[in-house]
Amino acid sequence: MLSPAFPQVLTEAAMTKGLRVTDLRLSVLATGDDIVDEVRISIEPGKVLALVGESGSGKTTVGLAILGHSRRGVTIAHGRVECADTEVLGLSEDAKRRIRGGLVSYVPQDPASSLNPALRIGVQLMEALEVHDFGGSAESRKIRLKQMMAEVLLPTDEEYLLRYPHQLSGGQQQRVGLAMAFACRPSVIVLDEPTTGLDVSTQEHVLKTIRQLTRDHGVAALYITHDLAVVADLADDVAVMYAGRIVECGSVKDIFMNPAHPYTKHLVVAAPDIEGKKEIVGLAGRAPSPSKRPTGCSFALRCESADDACRSAFPAEVSVATGHVTRCIKIGKLPNPVVAKPRASQTIESGASVVALQDVSAGYSGNMVVHNVSLTIRRGECLALVGESGSGKTTVSRAIGGLHSEWTGSMSFNGEELQKTARRRTSGARQGIQYIFQNPYGSLNPRRTIGESISRPLAIIGTSKSESRKAILDVLEKVNLPGSYASKYPDQLSGGERQRVAIARALVSNPMVLVCDEVTTALDVLVQAAIIDLLGDLRKQLGLAMLFVTHNLPLVRSIADEVAVMSEGRIVEVGPAESVIGNPQQAYTKSLITATPSIERSMR
Amino acid sequence: MSIFKFVLRRLAFGLGALIAISAAIFFVTQGLPADPAKTILGRDATPENLDALRAILGLDRPLLSQYFGWLTDVIRGDFGTSFTTQMSVSTYLGPRFGNSLFIMLIGTVVSIPISLLLGGYMALKRDSLFDSSSSFATLVFAALPEFVMGTGLIVIFATTVFQWFPAVVFLDEGAAPWSDPMGVVLPITTLVLGCIPYVSRTMRASMVEVLESDYIEMARLKGVSERNVLLRHAFPNALGPVFQVSALNIAYLVGGAVIVERLFNYPGVGSALTDAIRVRDLPVIQFLSLLIGGVYVLTNLIADVATVLVTPRLRTTLK
Amino acid sequence: MSTMAEEVSKKTNFLASTWKMHRAKIGCAITFVVVAFALAGPFFAPFTATEFVDMPNTVEVPGTFFGTDFLGQDVWSRFLLGGRSILFLGAMSTIIGVLMGAMLGVVAAYVKGALNSFIMRTFDIVIAFPGILWALLLVSMLGSSSLLIILATVVSTVPRVGRIIYGAAVAVVERDFVSAATAIGESRLRIVFREILPNTTSTLLVETNLRFTYSIGGIASLAFLGFTSDPTGANWGTMVQENSSAIILQPWGVILPVIAIALLTIGTGLIGDAFSRVSAGIDRGRND
Repeated sequence: MLSPAFPQVLTEAAMTKGLRVTDLRLSVLATGDDIVDEVRISIEPGKVLALVGESGSGKTTVGLAILGHSRRGVTIAHGRVECADTEVLGLSEDAKRRIRGGLVSYVPQDPASSLNPALRIGVQLMEALEVHDFGGSAESRKIRLKQMMAEVLLPTDEEYLLRYPHQLSGGQQQRVGLAMAFACRPSVIVLDEPTTGLDVSTQEHVLKTIRQLTRDHGVAALYITHDLAVVADLADDVAVMYAGRIVECGSVKDIFMNPAHPYTKHLVVAAPDIEGKKEIVGLAGRAPSPSKRPTGCSFALRCESADDACRSAFPAEVSVATGHVTRCIKIGKLPNPVVAKPRASQTIESGASVVALQDVSAGYSGNMVVHNVSLTIRRGECLALVGESGSGKTTVSRAIGGLHSEWTGSMSFNGEELQKTARRRTSGARQGIQYIFQNPYGSLNPRRTIGESISRPLAIIGTSKSESRKAILDVLEKVNLPGSYASKYPDQLSGGERQRVAIARALVSNPMVLVCDEVTTALDVLVQAAIIDLLGDLRKQLGLAMLFVTHNLPLVRSIADEVAVMSEGRIVEVGPAESVIGNPQQAYTKSLITATPSIERSMR
Repeated sequence: MSIFKFVLRRLAFGLGALIAISAAIFFVTQGLPADPAKTILGRDATPENLDALRAILGLDRPLLSQYFGWLTDVIRGDFGTSFTTQMSVSTYLGPRFGNSLFIMLIGTVVSIPISLLLGGYMALKRDSLFDSSSSFATLVFAALPEFVMGTGLIVIFATTVFQWFPAVVFLDEGAAPWSDPMGVVLPITTLVLGCIPYVSRTMRASMVEVLESDYIEMARLKGVSERNVLLRHAFPNALGPVFQVSALNIAYLVGGAVIVERLFNYPGVGSALTDAIRVRDLPVIQFLSLLIGGVYVLTNLIADVATVLVTPRLRTTLK
Repeated sequence: MSTMAEEVSKKTNFLASTWKMHRAKIGCAITFVVVAFALAGPFFAPFTATEFVDMPNTVEVPGTFFGTDFLGQDVWSRFLLGGRSILFLGAMSTIIGVLMGAMLGVVAAYVKGALNSFIMRTFDIVIAFPGILWALLLVSMLGSSSLLIILATVVSTVPRVGRIIYGAAVAVVERDFVSAATAIGESRLRIVFREILPNTTSTLLVETNLRFTYSIGGIASLAFLGFTSDPTGANWGTMVQENSSAIILQPWGVILPVIAIALLTIGTGLIGDAFSRVSAGIDRGRND
């Protein structure tokens, strides 16, 4: 695949300093199944190429292969990786070791677990220099160390270097990782989702640092991510991966303004945007795992336009424009994904208060984390509770759900006082307020069938078996799952499907309020949009009140009517979603919004 | 909280555990039997002897005050008089303690390094032939009860297959334990074989966890040589487990000594205990239980404190 | 609904994976052979356990396979008769010990607070002293009836199983589906039995097996030290001890029971190891 936006004028010499990957294939050692195949990437020095894909697409595997490394059970079957003028895959183990950290380096996803907990960070930073004998002397290395720390905006004093990793915040740990990666001025750098899990404000700094360092030192950067807003903000070029293959490649403008492959189109319309569109469209289903990939196009199973030609052989490369290529035989003939027709909604009187909090303060063993919070959740409306980690939003939502009992103040449901723990609440309150958890892999009992998990609330209030069975099928239909799923076990379902089951379990009690605690955070973009779609539909259809807790501000635009912004346990700003986001009054809210990357903003 | 306070607190817990153990043992020996005096002297004891024993044991006092009486004596250094030998407990057990210490020390010096190195190497060469065969061998040996292993060694090396070592140890009163070097080989071997298999497996598990961690992968991706990955990155994280595993090792040695000394007729503290239990020599039982419990508590205390000291994450968060 | 069939298929999945491992097959074979001897042996014993056959400690005795032991009794017969009580006592103490230990461990994990501290501290104290010594003390003071031997073994089993199950249960208690059950008003008892306990079954299986291996060893060791419910009856453990002084003349009185105990513990140990590897694999796979 040709390098996008590649002016003919660029000299061969300049090109040899970047990264060039040709025909890379990695497969499972035991079975021979391909994990990634036919991967071709080209990055010029100083440019950032974003490698985009959902979980399981193989992007981390590609990233590690660029350093000639593969995880246990995976083998590099075929291909060439050229970093500057060195071919990596053919080197001996010793030679590979010499270039790792020197010629090409890696920034891992989880900074906390990638730093050795038993060594001081100064030691680990200095090691990055010593291993490659940077500068030739201890003196010059000391100077370079101070320089590195300054480059990533960390304190340069001796005391700081004596700290251990656990004494640093998440953002600081990630910056240490960046410093180590840029230490020996590599030609190529692979960054594997380095800002996942960081707060938006920290993410902004880290992205700025990355941009600066890559430009200043002429490094070719491969940025692996699933977050399209970050891609729009940071990258020059984009390569989209699906089920182990690159299906589209082009400049960042090409991909967002004129996506060619159906998968890319779906990604672009599914990505929430804080300044752009409000409606996001999802896509159900999941990418095939390495052992189940079909002979033809692997996206055919989920594609509305797929036909037999698509299914017979994997599509060859097609050029859409200069520097913009894709692997689909139907470009030009594809419709854009449309918002599904909303289902018939009943007229529900909205606006009546369902859950009201008055001056609620909560904490853990005396340590208060929520201070004097008052809010109202109304019938038929969705209130988003937004904040960074540590803001107290999860504590508030758990208190509402009856899962956290250390709080003071008053909480009412439909006028009646709410007891602190779910056990002490009335049956009406327990059924009326339903809580949906973040982690789809932990919220269902692995030993029970879906049907059993869903019908448990009914069994507790003594519903008959036949009534239960009807209710189960009814509620599965509401969440767009086939009735046959009732006899399956959670580990047979995908993350998105499990989350639908969790929603179904909540619906079976005919609740008035759904408390959704970061319910899409663990899901891929397409599935996330589908779940948001579903929640919006259900809310309108059933006249539900919803509390949507999230740290993802862009998502709020797509689902909420009202927004409450929390910081350090207090509500900083509250009001209609469009006005809080479009015209924020408080400084904190303003800074949050400007720090959030936006596709729309980047495209201007 | 500083390290000093942490050690003090841990010490207090240890002492508490020791007191609880000695109290439990006291209760089982002096409190549980319906009539301890009769249990001790047997069915044919005369009423006069029974009364005399009851007076010695102070059985008419409430159990709790009997216990405290014993405890205060112990603190003062008076461990009582053995029923059977009529010697003071300390005189009777002194030389035996020395004997047990001798085989314990040798056993520890031999077994701990082997357990650590074997376990560590198995983890390093994970899934290799060495690992799977060692895994199998340690599994087999870990399952065997100590007396079976000891008897097996006797059959093979002392009586039936070869006759290289004596089957029983003959140590005269007051003789130094090293005066019969051939005799102690089999007991020490049994002790050592009793703990290495289990302990090395535990060590392997801890090491595998370290070697499979993200920071080890990251060190490799930084270009650190394999040698330094092990020495600089893996080793410091393995220290904590090393201490825990060593404490486990010692616990197994002490526990095994009881059976091994009986099997080889070795005049140590373990066989003294089994003898005392059989004839219900209460002062000896109570004192030795305290001693053994004390060894356990002390080794665990040292291991826990050492683990905290070598693990920066624990050391710095001793708030 | 085919829920029963699904439940069964999940369990047999675990067992099926275990069976695939070589060591499980070997372990099962060995264990089977020994158990067969122990259970069926008495039906084939040519003499009774205490019958006087010929001069003591003689190997070559016509009409016997291995000769006579220290009291002139038939070694082979006593061997065939000697496994039953160890097996029975081992099984009983394992079942009781594991059940009690698991209950306490799960309760401690779920209830937290003072009850948790009390249970765990008690475990710590019991474990801080060698199991064999607790057993010896109990059995010597109170007698060595079958019940007391079981009790003595249970004392060692409960805290060890309790700790392990506690560790497994704590991981389960943290998971959201337990909170979800609380939120819908499920009673505490049902949460323990229907949510927590079923998710510790792989650990339970491994522990049960491990405890069985050690119980057998412990009971045989107790017998070896002279503590058994039937001092003159046939018992593999006592056989080792009572025939050891004459081992030079009559090795079989020691060798046969030693091999039997060794094989039994090794066999169950192999099965247990297979269980633990499969359950580790399952737990790894669960963290998608």
